[in-house]
Amino acid sequence: MKLTRAVDDRTEDLYKQGKIPGVIFSQRGHEAIAVGASYALEPEDVLAPMHRDLGAYLLRGMTPGTIFAQAMARIGGPSRGRDTNTHGLGDLSLGIIGYISHLPQSMPVTLGAAFSFKYRGEARVALTFTGDGASSEGAFSESLNLAAVLNLPAVFILENNRYAYSTPTHHQYATRNLVQRAEAFGMPGYTVDGNNVLDVWQVTAEAVDRARSGGGPSLIEAHTMRMRGHAIHDPANYVPKQLLEEWETLDPIKITTDTLRNQGVLDHTTEADIALKVKTEVDAGLKWADSSPLPNPDTLTAGIYA
Amino acid sequence: MSTQSDSREITLGQAINEALHEEMASDSAVIVMGEDVGRHGGVFRLTEGLYDEFGSARVLDCPICEAGIVGLGVGASMTDMRPIVEIMFGDFTALVMDQVVNQAAKVHYMSGGNMTAPIVIRTTMGAGRNIAAQHSQSLHAWFCHIPGLKVVLPATPYDAKGLLKTAIRDDSPVIFFEDKMMYTEKGMVPNEEYTIPFGVADVKRVGDDITVIATSSMVSVALKAAETLATEGISTEVIDPRTLSPLDEATLVDSAKKTSRCIVIDEGYSHFGATAELASLVSSKAFYYLDAPVERIGAMDVPVPFSPILEDQTIPNEETVVNAARRLVGS
Ligand SMILES: Cc1ncc(C[n+]2csc(CCOP(=O)(O)OP(=O)(O)O)c2C)c(N)n1
Ligand SMILES: [Mg+2]
Repeated sequence: MKLTRAVDDRTEDLYKQGKIPGVIFSQRGHEAIAVGASYALEPEDVLAPMHRDLGAYLLRGMTPGTIFAQAMARIGGPSRGRDTNTHGLGDLSLGIIGYISHLPQSMPVTLGAAFSFKYRGEARVALTFTGDGASSEGAFSESLNLAAVLNLPAVFILENNRYAYSTPTHHQYATRNLVQRAEAFGMPGYTVDGNNVLDVWQVTAEAVDRARSGGGPSLIEAHTMRMRGHAIHDPANYVPKQLLEEWETLDPIKITTDTLRNQGVLDHTTEADIALKVKTEVDAGLKWADSSPLPNPDTLTAGIYA
Repeated sequence: MSTQSDSREITLGQAINEALHEEMASDSAVIVMGEDVGRHGGVFRLTEGLYDEFGSARVLDCPICEAGIVGLGVGASMTDMRPIVEIMFGDFTALVMDQVVNQAAKVHYMSGGNMTAPIVIRTTMGAGRNIAAQHSQSLHAWFCHIPGLKVVLPATPYDAKGLLKTAIRDDSPVIFFEDKMMYTEKGMVPNEEYTIPFGVADVKRVGDDITVIATSSMVSVALKAAETLATEGISTEVIDPRTLSPLDEATLVDSAKKTSRCIVIDEGYSHFGATAELASLVSSKAFYYLDAPVERIGAMDVPVPFSPILEDQTIPNEETVVNAARRLVGS
């Protein structure tokens, strides 16, 4: 989570320095969901993150260098300069299907992966992330139904962060929560504190085990708060200050640190070691990314067809 | 002729906003729907102020469900409303195709004229923002392919305002494409109310040696090229069809007959794109007047890449037009 935060912060710096074209999406508030859920997977599993799941990429073994290179449109990124930041940051050798920009098209695609595993008799699981806003799309409902009817080894993590761009959840859906949809489509549903990494991990592990043993899909609604604007250019004046202040006290990194300190698991030396390790990794990554060349203009049309 | 006092300079974004305000004020059947269009005033700020002025019953903040929103708009339009739906990125129109292509476009014809679907879908097009292949396409040709739809591509604030007002009043479904790179471009717009009829091309610059038919973002590219060509003694006529459906064939063809050379330029993909239809029209109808084959310039047939050095190559520019014009005039 600390690495996620550090990469996220550095990405913002790079953007402000004009080194990243396009737009970037803050990860703040989503660290525990991305990390906790990914932790529950085995290396052979496949995961399809959304735009606030940087932690998932890191946990699957994608390096900060690769992530910076992608954001800076260098050939060192998986898309080789063809796609933006956390979009299209896929690498199937790490079991990552890059974020599919159109909401929530990662869901049906994830089902395709789950289907392949089931068809071939492999004990593998496909997991994907979606949002409170994305839940309103037809493909969200279609995916839950398909997954349940075909009894696929899939896990859906719904990151309910109170907002979809400027739209608060009470303008997004009329139910009290979204986990109800699990029952509506015939699969187990879980609600979890999305700022508590251990809770997220535990619940996801249960859903992953069920999927792996042939028990079918699950929907997990993880609650958190989007702590910044939708994207870097959005000041999010529509979010009440008080709401942000309340959630600031629940910062996933802070509460994990506090818990571990209280349990005596984390002492000052370890904390300092972690901080140094994170900084070293981020610095080295950025250096590597910066040395990665821009795409050769002559390669523009390479790769349109397989 | 407008003078200084009866017109003022505004941006293309403001022009659209004004058209929405005016049409909502004059007809209570006009409603605006979409994602983040109400309280927030739109992701590109095009619907700013509407919510405050007309309230939540007429400016609807919708959940994220483009197909549902457009379907609702189609049904509302069939029952005497005049919905204007905003689809944030033209790329997302892929999600609304069934309602648009199989319902809105067909309902008037298939009902024997019993029913109409006077919906307007406002959406964006255009590359140049470094937001990659799923947010940068210009997909208007898709809609031009379908009988029953009208397709509008304004290139100036004046055109945007006048055409949008016409779109809202039109009894057929209209797809209105706004280039997201042009929202801040300025131009003179009359203070007085006006509309611009569909199917009337606008001659943006008069010339004798070559005709450039340009749409949307490519109009300013063509005009800049015309300046350069003028210094070389090549006189360029620039024509903007403004609406691709219906198309003002006569103005385009007559200009090509006059100049005897023609370039068509449009930001959609070249392959099977708007330029193909326009070039075919001019080639067949002005055939005996042409001194050279019609040249087509479109976006490169490649998913728009994120990296600026790759992306920039995919969009036609002034130089592309100048080179093509030199080639044609030399021949
Ligand atoms: C089909 C589609 N419609 C609209 C968008 C534009 N868009 C991108 S992210 C977003 C908000 C998503 O909200 P949510 O699902 O809650 O995820 P969050 O950003 O809050 O993490 C919107 C509207 C899109 N990418 N795809
Ligand atoms: Mg959200």
